[in-house]
Amino acid sequence: MVNYFLSEEQQMIVDVARQITAEKIVPQRVELDEKEQFPTEILQDIAQADLFGLYIPEEYGGFGGGSFDMVLALEEFARGCVGVATSFAASALGAYPILISGSKELKQKYMPVIASGEKLAAFGLTEANAGSDASGIQTTAVLDGDEWVLNGTKQWITNAGDAKIYSVIAITDRSKGPRGASMFVVEDSDPGFSYGPKEKKLGIRASSTRELIFKDCRIPKDRLIGRQGTGFFTVMKTLDVSRPGIASLGVGLGQAALDEAVLYAKQRIQFGKPVMAFQAVQHILADMAIQLEASRALVYAAARHIDSGAKDVSKASSMCKVMATDMAMKVTTDAVQILAGHGYMREYPVEKMMRDAKILQIYEGTNQIQRNVIGQALNKEYSRS
Amino acid sequence: MKIIVCVKQVPDAKDVRLDPKTNTLAREGVESIMNPFDRHALEAAVVLKEQYGGTVTAITMGPPQAEETLRDAVACGADEGVLVSDRAFAGADTWATSYTLAKAVEKLGEFDLILCGKQAIDGDTAQVGPGLAQRLDIPYVAYARKITECVDGVIRLERLMDDGYDEIEMGMPALMTVVKEINEPRVPSLKGKMKAKKMQATVLTAADIGADPECLGLQGSTTQVVKVFSPQFSAERCMLTGTVDEQVDQLLVKLEELL
Repeated sequence: MVNYFLSEEQQMIVDVARQITAEKIVPQRVELDEKEQFPTEILQDIAQADLFGLYIPEEYGGFGGGSFDMVLALEEFARGCVGVATSFAASALGAYPILISGSKELKQKYMPVIASGEKLAAFGLTEANAGSDASGIQTTAVLDGDEWVLNGTKQWITNAGDAKIYSVIAITDRSKGPRGASMFVVEDSDPGFSYGPKEKKLGIRASSTRELIFKDCRIPKDRLIGRQGTGFFTVMKTLDVSRPGIASLGVGLGQAALDEAVLYAKQRIQFGKPVMAFQAVQHILADMAIQLEASRALVYAAARHIDSGAKDVSKASSMCKVMATDMAMKVTTDAVQILAGHGYMREYPVEKMMRDAKILQIYEGTNQIQRNVIGQALNKEYSRS
Repeated sequence: MKIIVCVKQVPDAKDVRLDPKTNTLAREGVESIMNPFDRHALEAAVVLKEQYGGTVTAITMGPPQAEETLRDAVACGADEGVLVSDRAFAGADTWATSYTLAKAVEKLGEFDLILCGKQAIDGDTAQVGPGLAQRLDIPYVAYARKITECVDGVIRLERLMDDGYDEIEMGMPALMTVVKEINEPRVPSLKGKMKAKKMQATVLTAADIGADPECLGLQGSTTQVVKVFSPQFSAERCMLTGTVDEQVDQLLVKLEELL
């Protein structure tokens, strides 16, 4: 293993998350996947271990860590199940907008319950006509006296229905273009707020995905996150800090797939010897290991870059997301190839890993959109001189 | 409520070997863990603390490295650790161990409840918990599988039996040993791990607890291990074939041979 010089505290995060993965996630992952069941109890175990507050400042009941601390925990959870890890990560995605742009009052109200894991959060951006193109947002928020009135539908929202706190973007002034969107906190119990049916997915089946439906949903005026018109800014900042988390899911998943593939190759006998002895197999495994370790190094570097307080982090954040999640798709597919017939069977864990990998290239900005971000950043960088 | 949990450091069951010369467990190079049943006792204690308030003290008798198990206990919710450690304790059987622990518990002062795992996975005697209660002259229940309530100095619990369970009420201070069915032990928390790292266990020696040297360690032990060995399995299997009558005849012949 490569030594990444983790601090003692960081090593503790890894140890705690690893133990939860081994004792709680791995024994249940097959059942959660097959029953498409939300991992309520595992999330409670994670809460009890204080990991929901990793990235939340101590003054709000958190651990006071950063992007890198989250990356370490998520990588371990993803070694067990990306569905469970996604449910955990999505709560952070819902919390970041409040943390980044919210008023002190909003932070005081919502951060402690999110940090303790008492309540899950979720993030509402995507709509039927607004995915990669966030400017297609149709959901509106209109101020009526002391209340905002929300109307519209958010699509494919992770944790929807299971979370209690939602950070949602809506158009407050369409004439202002990108500066016409604002973010709000919506609570599960708010009037006029409901959910669509649970979606059926290819992978990450332990996570729940539903629509958020707002029909004259009335929320207090002070639930506006930051100033009016700063919604897109908050979304972009949120995704900048959360993307290394998705990248680390790719790293954890890639590691799990490599582990399975090597162990299998060492014990599978063909032509009188373990298939590990064949160079054709060894080279596949070697390539998996190379790509995995390179991805991990980039993800760790990007997360540390973000935590250093660097101003412009979009490029690094997008680069690690693309590299690690493309790697996860490749490495899990290769793992199925190494296990071959066994790998294709649900009795072995690698087919689930391959199914789970695909979403990583899609959610929190498709890898094509990430490349746009990187391309635009390059264009900007090289225009300065 | 003041709760004491007795924990023991044992070799990991995945890797148990005997030293053929000394007839004792080979501990060198074997990873040590907290006795799994004690983990359930600790969890029960921490849940009681969360429900009713109070403190949880983990106590262990063992060599200095047993402090690791106390750290583990603090990481999982105990407030403090007490290490009862002295060369004079070496070689103690359950008789001497329960004496030593009783003296240590007396030294710690008043308490409401002592929790132990039903047995340790190395010695497997299940004697130290009940022995400790006897020494302290307090009531005890072994094999507790559920704590229903704990109010006004009375604890209500269920004891696992072969054919069901008993519902029991017991006045405190008291001792109970628990079975694994009682709960699902938690994973250590991040804050717990950090607290554990800084923890300084209270160390109690033979002199500290005012123990009679005659009653300690090998000298104070009534059990002498003459030999420890893995029994040879020598049963033979034999399939009888033919019609039922033929099989019965063959069986009778076999039985006569044996008698």
